[in-house]
Amino acid sequence: MKATVIVTLKPTVLDPQGMTIQRSVESMGLPEVADVRQGKYFDVNIADGVSPDRGKEVVQKLAKEVLTNPVIEEFRIVWEPR
Amino acid sequence: MKFGVVIFPGSNCDHDCYYAVQTVIGKPVEFIWHQDTSLKGFDAVILPGGFSYGDYLRTGALAKFSPVMQSVKEFADKGGLVIGICNGFQILTESGLLPGALMRNVTRQYVCKFLNISTETSNSPFTNQMKKGQVLRIPIGHGDGNYFADSETLKRLNGEDRIAFRYHGENPNGSLENIAGILSEGRNVLGMMPHPDRSSEALLGSTDGKLIFESMVNALAGAGR
Repeated sequence: MKATVIVTLKPTVLDPQGMTIQRSVESMGLPEVADVRQGKYFDVNIADGVSPDRGKEVVQKLAKEVLTNPVIEEFRIVWEPR
Repeated sequence: MKFGVVIFPGSNCDHDCYYAVQTVIGKPVEFIWHQDTSLKGFDAVILPGGFSYGDYLRTGALAKFSPVMQSVKEFADKGGLVIGICNGFQILTESGLLPGALMRNVTRQYVCKFLNISTETSNSPFTNQMKKGQVLRIPIGHGDGNYFADSETLKRLNGEDRIAFRYHGENPNGSLENIAGILSEGRNVLGMMPHPDRSSEALLGSTDGKLIFESMVNALAGAGR
């Protein structure tokens, strides 16, 4: 069982790194790029033999309590098809 | 009266804090290893600056899982004095002992220099030796000191007189409302980005940071410690 957790800053939080990337690509000749938001992702493997329900619970807890700071970030989980 | 300085893997201001308390302030101090779980006998705990756990994941994020942090929480709940300096402040917000978060500096650059901060309240165990409005010259050294909290939290911090310090004249990192340090609801936990440990002796360029340690000594002495 595999999942990818994608963590991004909340839309209401300023992202100076994303803004800098956007400005840089503008100067390299890609003015079509209107906005860039930087985030991070985590590949998570659940041990063999763990039930899908428990696996989902574990990844949810990991994403919520460890990988994300709820004050400034939010996350989404993408499950790899089995 | 006994101070403790926690050492996390990656702390690098632990000796500065120890030195400031032992040599400059002249009070008993001991190191506390991050895997220790007892804070028995300590009256004040310092979470020093540095790069705990290599700043992996987020600054301060992994230190909250160090065994000692559960004890620090209990210690703070019972009214023990806890001061988090720089990375220590980041650890306190990540652990939920203080509200808000320290984000990447808005300039994206690490900033290391002396600057001025104003004392916003003298009503705390960390600021009782200063007057409200008193400007201190204290250095910073951080890449993630951009204080962020939602408007509700900011309103509460202001309303409850829990903003200890604001940057004065220059905001080096984009912090909301120029916030440089905040207090917990019980006023016994302080988090601040500037380094009093690096400004307690004239040789280092300023002695203003000493006032913070002296305030703590004063508060503890007043409580019979």
